[in-house]
Amino acid sequence: MYRYDEFDHRLVAERVQQFRGQVGRRLSGELSEEEFRPLRLMNGLYLQLHAYMLRIAIPYGTLSARQLRMLATIARRYDKGYGHFTTRQNLQFNWVKLAEVPDLLADLARVEMHAMQTSGNCIRNVTADHLAGVAADEIEDSRIWAEIIRQWSTLHPEFSFLPRKFKVAVTGSPRDRAAIAVHDIGIRVVRNGAGEVGFAILVGGGQGRTPVIGTWIRDFLPRAELLNYLEAILRVYNLLGRRDNLYKARIKILVNAVGADAFRAMVEAEWATIRGGALALPEAEIARIRAYFAPPAYRALPTVDLASAVRDARDPAFAAWARTNVHPHKVAGYAAVTVSLKPHGGVPGDMTAEQMDALADLAERFSFGEIRATHEQNLVLADVEQAALPDLWRALGAAGLATANAGLLTDIICCPGLDYCNLANARSIPISQRIGQRFDDLARLHDIGPLKIKISGCINACGHHHVGHIGILGVEKHGAEAYQVSLGGSGDENAALGEIVGPSFSADAVVDAVETIVATYVGTRTADETFLDTYRRVGLKPFKEALYAAH
Amino acid sequence: MPLIRNGQPLADPWTMVADDAPLPAGAAIVSLARWLRDRDALLGRNQPIGIVLPPDQAVDELGPDLDRLGVVALEFRSFRDGRAYSQARLLRERYGYTGEIRATGQVLRDQLLFMERCGIDSFVLPNDSAVTAWSEAIREISVWYQPAADRRTWVVAARHGASALDGCAPAG
Repeated sequence: MYRYDEFDHRLVAERVQQFRGQVGRRLSGELSEEEFRPLRLMNGLYLQLHAYMLRIAIPYGTLSARQLRMLATIARRYDKGYGHFTTRQNLQFNWVKLAEVPDLLADLARVEMHAMQTSGNCIRNVTADHLAGVAADEIEDSRIWAEIIRQWSTLHPEFSFLPRKFKVAVTGSPRDRAAIAVHDIGIRVVRNGAGEVGFAILVGGGQGRTPVIGTWIRDFLPRAELLNYLEAILRVYNLLGRRDNLYKARIKILVNAVGADAFRAMVEAEWATIRGGALALPEAEIARIRAYFAPPAYRALPTVDLASAVRDARDPAFAAWARTNVHPHKVAGYAAVTVSLKPHGGVPGDMTAEQMDALADLAERFSFGEIRATHEQNLVLADVEQAALPDLWRALGAAGLATANAGLLTDIICCPGLDYCNLANARSIPISQRIGQRFDDLARLHDIGPLKIKISGCINACGHHHVGHIGILGVEKHGAEAYQVSLGGSGDENAALGEIVGPSFSADAVVDAVETIVATYVGTRTADETFLDTYRRVGLKPFKEALYAAH
Repeated sequence: MPLIRNGQPLADPWTMVADDAPLPAGAAIVSLARWLRDRDALLGRNQPIGIVLPPDQAVDELGPDLDRLGVVALEFRSFRDGRAYSQARLLRERYGYTGEIRATGQVLRDQLLFMERCGIDSFVLPNDSAVTAWSEAIREISVWYQPAADRRTWVVAARHGASALDGCAPAG
């Protein structure tokens, strides 16, 4: 993984000092809360319902065991002993004290981490494929490019006060595990007819109150031009994006207003003036960054057919876990493992300090000391020897980290909702907990098969409900919490937005509604159809009829 | 309000002139609208002239006249409005403007460094304490990951030296 050089270290150290000064001026009263707000937001510090929340950047979700141990230490030292993984592959601490934040950031800096640009109207933490480097279909490792973008976007003098927040995601594979189509800029590594590696560029995707699947504006961008082209997109957006209405300020609104062709023309015109200019990436820098993502020292192992090995496993509980939480690896004898942060009845994405320490140890023992956070609020050990899977499974189980539900109905993405967030209209965590309790039968879950439920506590869609196979959106209705349900969304390479089924459900009724949707699917599916397959074949109607039959 | 130019406090040699006010003797800054309306008369005075470029106007509007302008004043109507950062970079890097670029409006201490990197070289500050803070604020960060309108070396150039960047320099 990437390691800081002297420049990276110095920048983060200076940023900690700068923020220490800003906090000091706030505590002394020199700055009002209103004046301090933009400064703390530039460093991931929110004021929530009950306390300050600090969001720590985990660039493209990659963590070392040493970093995860520091996060555990921070959870104990500055918080209540746990943290929360987010859909931007970041980690939030919900109970920090303002006066202690500079020390917390200094501790983070010791392990090459920071909280820069995890909030505010700037370029946010760049996300990437959590199977980067190990997926067999990969053209090139997306982390190389995400790291290059991370550096360029950090403290960018021109783009730190954009009309609105700005999210970039990169995938190195045709399969999209990074949900790039719902990002302000989505980048896909591609190969052109001449065999050269470059990028296809998508703009104007997003969720929030106006969900949009992004538009491809360039089929092939030469590698060296990546940052020049991003600078061109950002400059057009910075100058022309709306600033009069918070809800119409994202780049998707601009792209829709001027039209994709006109937007593309503006970007290309801007790019033409800076192409080949100062930001063109020298090969030496690409090679320097790439070297950090060289494959670890894999052993030469015999090829094992993962599917048949799982089928033959004697322990049915292990087999169930391996079926969902173990993924193919491009190197013979290895597998990638999803560490579920979705225990039934638990809070999706939450992890205790003890679990962090335990997983750091397991990462060192089983996976070259590296951990990845996924945008689905789970963790991944990407390089596990297949022969070691049973040992790893037992050890994860002992730490409460072996729930066999990756990709299944209870592997729910869920925002913090009204339990923490002052934007929320409704609670989301208790809904996910009750769904987890209702479907707490592994055999049944496995029979239902792949099904993504995503829950947001408000229209800002932090829980990605628009792209959930089943999406649940918390709304306020006559002073009570209510839940709008949508079906058929998807955040992958066939991205689609869900369709709302009809009138919202009460908190009591929404879990029953999920039950009805699942029963309708199970009763309608053909042999190998997943939920999404069935939905795409039969459409909304049978689900709608089943849900509202009694009314 | 105090003015800093190139790091030094100074008495403002320029007078901001409202659209309906008569022009005073000496250096005057007028609105873009007045400039577009009275361009020939303003140039005919043979006195230094500058303009205020609103954030919603394209820098291209000024293109051919830039070398006649002593100052281009950019407006931060709110600290949140970041359009002037792009305007400043375009003035410096695309149009090669070498005159004064002035930040006006809500010019906050903690944004001075970004402004300076984008090519803004004079700042109208809210009070004298901001003047004191200027020299501190401008030095808080010494490492930059991107080239901009200032002369600071960016990290990629520092890492690889000038030779690695050969062929990457702008053609013109």
